[in-house]
Amino acid sequence: MRIPCPYCGLRDAHEFSYLGDAAPQRPDPAAPDAADAFHDYVYLRDNPAGPMRELWYHGAGCRRWLVVDRDTRTHAILGTAFATEARS
Amino acid sequence: MSSRYSVFSLIANAFSGQKGWTPAWRDAAPRPDYDVLVIGGGGHGLATAYYLAKVHGIRNVAVLEKGTIGSGNAGRNTTIIRSNYLLPGNQPFYEWSMKLWEGLEQDLNYNAMVSQRGVLNLFHSDAQRDAFARRGNSMRLSGADSELIDRDQVRALAPFLNFDHARFPIQGGLLQKRGGTARHDAVVWGYARAADRLGVDIVQNCEVTGFIRENGAVVGVETTRGPVRARKIGLAVAGSTSRLTRLLDLRLPIESHVLTAFVSEGLKPVVPGVVTFGMGHFYVSQSDKGGLVFGGDIDGYNSYAQRGNLPVVEDVCEAAMALMPQLGRLRVLRSWAGLMDMSMDGSPIIDRTPIPGLYLNCGWNYGGFKATPASGWCFAWTLAQDAPHALNAAYRLDRSRTGHMIDEKGVGAQPNLH
Ligand SMILES: Cc1cc2nc3c(=O)[nH]c(=O)nc-3n(C[C@H](O)[C@H](O)[C@H](O)COP(=O)(O)OP(=O)(O)OC[C@H]3O[C@@H](n4cnc5c(N)ncnc54)[C@H](O)[C@@H]3O)c2cc1C
Ligand SMILES: [Zn+2]
Repeated sequence: MRIPCPYCGLRDAHEFSYLGDAAPQRPDPAAPDAADAFHDYVYLRDNPAGPMRELWYHGAGCRRWLVVDRDTRTHAILGTAFATEARS
Repeated sequence: MSSRYSVFSLIANAFSGQKGWTPAWRDAAPRPDYDVLVIGGGGHGLATAYYLAKVHGIRNVAVLEKGTIGSGNAGRNTTIIRSNYLLPGNQPFYEWSMKLWEGLEQDLNYNAMVSQRGVLNLFHSDAQRDAFARRGNSMRLSGADSELIDRDQVRALAPFLNFDHARFPIQGGLLQKRGGTARHDAVVWGYARAADRLGVDIVQNCEVTGFIRENGAVVGVETTRGPVRARKIGLAVAGSTSRLTRLLDLRLPIESHVLTAFVSEGLKPVVPGVVTFGMGHFYVSQSDKGGLVFGGDIDGYNSYAQRGNLPVVEDVCEAAMALMPQLGRLRVLRSWAGLMDMSMDGSPIIDRTPIPGLYLNCGWNYGGFKATPASGWCFAWTLAQDAPHALNAAYRLDRSRTGHMIDEKGVGAQPNLH
């Protein structure tokens, strides 16, 4: 599996570390449902079989966080972007 | 029904051209209605059906398997069985599993090739020795066996290891003599045959594609072979769990990951039991055919592909060379991968769910083969009694909510680190 880093180009997956699903967003700790929302954020996952947006860190390259769109059934990479841009 | 296997049936068939054997289980077609449906014909699903019939007298049961039984992780794992856990939520469960392994072949009337050849976990530092001493004590508290052995004792057992590695010299090991291996396919076939003999329908090529709901409860499933209804439905589909619970809007503390295993060309006996490296993820045993069976880490990213990537091949081979340099002379014949249900604390779930009629067995990470007997036994209990047994009481679905995590490695809610 090779990941096209927007900064470094096509690089071996070995250069990257994986965090997981990019969808969960840190909830508002002041919201009335914060305890439930934090539980879901930390523990529950959609775990899709198919396209998934996920966070990868290019540790052996530009050291930036990426959002990688990848099909979990085939490992085909559908797109990549810097996390700062993809998640803002 | 298949007849009982014995030395007499072997001899009789030897003299009659082996023509007297009947299929080990019926090729059942799904009936419209059952008391209990078990989804997934891996080791856990088949064991669940067997213990439902045997222990609880519930025989109107079907196991629905989308392919052929044992085509998932049950037929892909590296067959290590052991009960060397640390935490109170885990260790009594795995020790019960070990006890069931010890009587399994007599119970099932099937040769599952259970071989208590010993599991040796090596340590390479003072801190690791202390941690293993503590683990060994915890094992003994549950009634399991464990021995902390020193470097010379390790050398007597496994002289071929690299004792004087510059960074990771071997200081000793934690040995569980009752641990070992079993033949994975035979475990699947043995449970299938024994369940079939008690009246369980084993339905292959029958994929569950949806759920039938009434008043909020699950009362049946849609399958590629038509609808099937039941009073209770237990999921035992390992890495495919989220695919099914998604249909019910039930989100789980589970991610599916890929784990690869390897087998070398056959050798004369060299590795006496199971040996694990303490400073990298690598473990090895030798199959009865002579091949060295080994593996290491999961790839680390979500995957349903049942196919890994080269970085892990490199990692595993590097760890192998550090521990057992002569492995470099061997040819690897095959590698393959399975679909792991990694949980948020590295421990499994055997529980009821918030949805009436639906029961859950998942979260086995890369260690569910050894759990097969106890998992089936406890899941059958939970299904039959509508309550967990004391042995699986800690394996609750809501434990992330209540804070009762069972995190053997202490790495937190990051499935790819367990
Ligand atoms: C490479 C590798 C090495 C391993 N090594 C070890 C080891 O040494 N020791 C150990 O203890 N554990 C090990 N494991 C883990 C162990 O194999 C699993 O935890 C265990 O097999 C999971 O339980 P199971 O046997 O029921 O799963 P599976 O055999 O995966 O059973 C699940 C079944 O559900 C079926 N299914 C899925 N979806 C559907 C559907 N919609 N409808 C109907 N059926 C469906 C699948 O086809 C499959 O047959 C290893 C796993 C792998 C991949
Ligand atoms: Zn980069």
